[in-house]
Amino acid sequence: MSTQLLEAFRLAQLPAEAQAFRAQVREFLATDLEPAAPALRARSWMGFDAAFSRRLAARGWVGITLPSRYGGAGLDAFRRFVLVEEMLAAGAPVAAHWIADRQSGPLINKFGTEAQKDFYLPRICRGEAFFCIGMSEPNAGSDLASVRTRATRVAGGWRLTGRKIWTTNAHRSHYMIALVRTSGAPEDRQGGLSQLIVDLSLPGIGIRPIADLTGDAHFSEVTFDDVLLGDDALIGDEGSGWMQVNAELAFERSGPERLYSSVVLLDAWMASLRKTGCSASDAALLGGFTTQLATLRSLSVAVTAKLARGESPVVEAALVKDIGTEFEQAIPAAIEAAVAADPSCAVDPELHRTLAYLSQISPTFSLRGGTREILRGMIARGLGLR
Amino acid sequence: MFTEAIEAILVDQCTPAAIRAIENGGSPAALWRALADNGFLELMASEAAGGAGLELDAIFPIFVAFGRHALPVPAAQSIAARALLRDVAAPPGMVTLAGHARREAHGCVSAAHVAFGAIADHALANVDGALVLLDCAKAERTPTGVRGSQAAALRWPREAIGVPVGDNGSEVAVFGAALHAAAMAGAMERLFAMTLGYCNDRVQFGKAIGKFQSIQHQLSVMAEHVACAGVAAELAFEVGARIPALLAAATAKARTSASVPLVASTAHALHGAIGVTEEFDLQLYSRRLHEWRMADGSEAWWNRIVGEAVLGHGAPSVLQFVMEEIL
Repeated sequence: MSTQLLEAFRLAQLPAEAQAFRAQVREFLATDLEPAAPALRARSWMGFDAAFSRRLAARGWVGITLPSRYGGAGLDAFRRFVLVEEMLAAGAPVAAHWIADRQSGPLINKFGTEAQKDFYLPRICRGEAFFCIGMSEPNAGSDLASVRTRATRVAGGWRLTGRKIWTTNAHRSHYMIALVRTSGAPEDRQGGLSQLIVDLSLPGIGIRPIADLTGDAHFSEVTFDDVLLGDDALIGDEGSGWMQVNAELAFERSGPERLYSSVVLLDAWMASLRKTGCSASDAALLGGFTTQLATLRSLSVAVTAKLARGESPVVEAALVKDIGTEFEQAIPAAIEAAVAADPSCAVDPELHRTLAYLSQISPTFSLRGGTREILRGMIARGLGLR
Repeated sequence: MFTEAIEAILVDQCTPAAIRAIENGGSPAALWRALADNGFLELMASEAAGGAGLELDAIFPIFVAFGRHALPVPAAQSIAARALLRDVAAPPGMVTLAGHARREAHGCVSAAHVAFGAIADHALANVDGALVLLDCAKAERTPTGVRGSQAAALRWPREAIGVPVGDNGSEVAVFGAALHAAAMAGAMERLFAMTLGYCNDRVQFGKAIGKFQSIQHQLSVMAEHVACAGVAAELAFEVGARIPALLAAATAKARTSASVPLVASTAHALHGAIGVTEEFDLQLYSRRLHEWRMADGSEAWWNRIVGEAVLGHGAPSVLQFVMEEIL
């Protein structure tokens, strides 16, 4: 039995140097982020703009945590928090470099060979190599260990066969880090899995974007038809894919991006209330989101403080993600009710489009990076129940 | 060091049996003396006045401990009163806080819901912004009628109302909200530990119920809300300050209050029928959580205050408001 998990969540402050860094980030965004309508900014870390990512790279802020010898910014967890927080709050289109910056780059830095680091990391830091993550398959979603995509040894490398699906931005990325089976059968579960870096321009690869309900196509289906890869496609150790992928998911779950997916809408609604005036119940609703945001951000800073101390707060991150995505989903749900409380009043069209986009896409917030059910299982394990 | 000493006293003296006895009208004197005679009421009094001069961040774990032990005397209020009174000497005995008193026709003062109003000797009240010290012996006390509750509505006749002792009456409401936020954080810790322990011990269908996925998920969600309450409560107890800031205390009280329905109902649901019995200790904490959620304003009150502050502020984003005004 363990209630120690809760003791992790004591109030922590961002250090002064991280706060000073915030001013630099705001200055950059003021000059290099092109103005955009809220409905577009609401795409946030789904918004893909290669030119913006290259400007950010030119400023030195892609590969935020990677060592400077590869062109990275070498920043600590606190400054990564500040940079990410400011970009998400502004609704900056960060999707192009997002995955490489957050998880593929750190994964290569941690498990890659010197040659792999020398090849990929400088390209990531220059904003020239965009990555996607090949985890889910048609029959492997939450049950990730049942992947069937298989790489078999051939002379000089690997032959890759299979299919990935729901891969965010595969059709706009240069590389995929894929979790594949290199030995055994799906029944062997976690054993026999490895991670491969796949150059998406190779012959035998088909990429089909999948339109979503908002009219975007943010994810795709990727097929591998006897794709030949070199020996150096393997990242880390053969058979260690499961362990590596979990280390990677810890990067994915721990950041402030798990609170802020709906803040562009919240701010647009706040602006409209300032303009038109509001009822006491609207003020209470806005205040409720404000107090919840202050609370969740404090939890997230507490997790970041553990990261900065070199700890791996996997369970804490799962806890913050589960309740953080609940907040992200509650915002469009409540604002939808609030703006239509009086059917004789028109809703500002831009606010309406922003709201509709988030109402439609917000179910994905608690799917990407691990469903609620998976996260609650992790928390239960952290509480000693499993 | 104070926290450990107080924890030891609470473990020894603030037992479930002692809580029940005081709730049933027994004398709180022994428990009160254990805290008062050791000087713990003076923790926030200035060092010049013989106090320990503690600031909010140092007092926070003590107020949380009071909630974790369901302390049935107004120690947190009496400690806070020393900070609110500044250079004015505190009266002897139990002092509680009345943050929302009103002056009525004929010069009477009434306070609708005063924590420990049924047993306190004095109330430090906010009367239209003035800080007024009132003798509860001179008040008409109307208990809430809720079983075990020590709260009451108080009404003082005009002749019982002295001159104000300060102009910082509005701070009473803010401090009252903050200390109830800390108390709720503590009671939720206790409720969570009891519930987790129970789910590990209770066997049904041949195994501990904590092995069932549906139970695990309920405990996980409960943990999320307890974590939110704990960190939110701490926001009101800023390093280096002696009186909580309005918007930080508002956030603390609103967010801890908002956790109460889920945390209390999950604790009871997972305990089953035993949880609602008088003899089982869970109710000592869950009853208080409901009372404290309402004390000094629920989330409905404090969220509106925060929302109006956001609307009246120039910050272009809610996040920026949060960083400038709350955190």
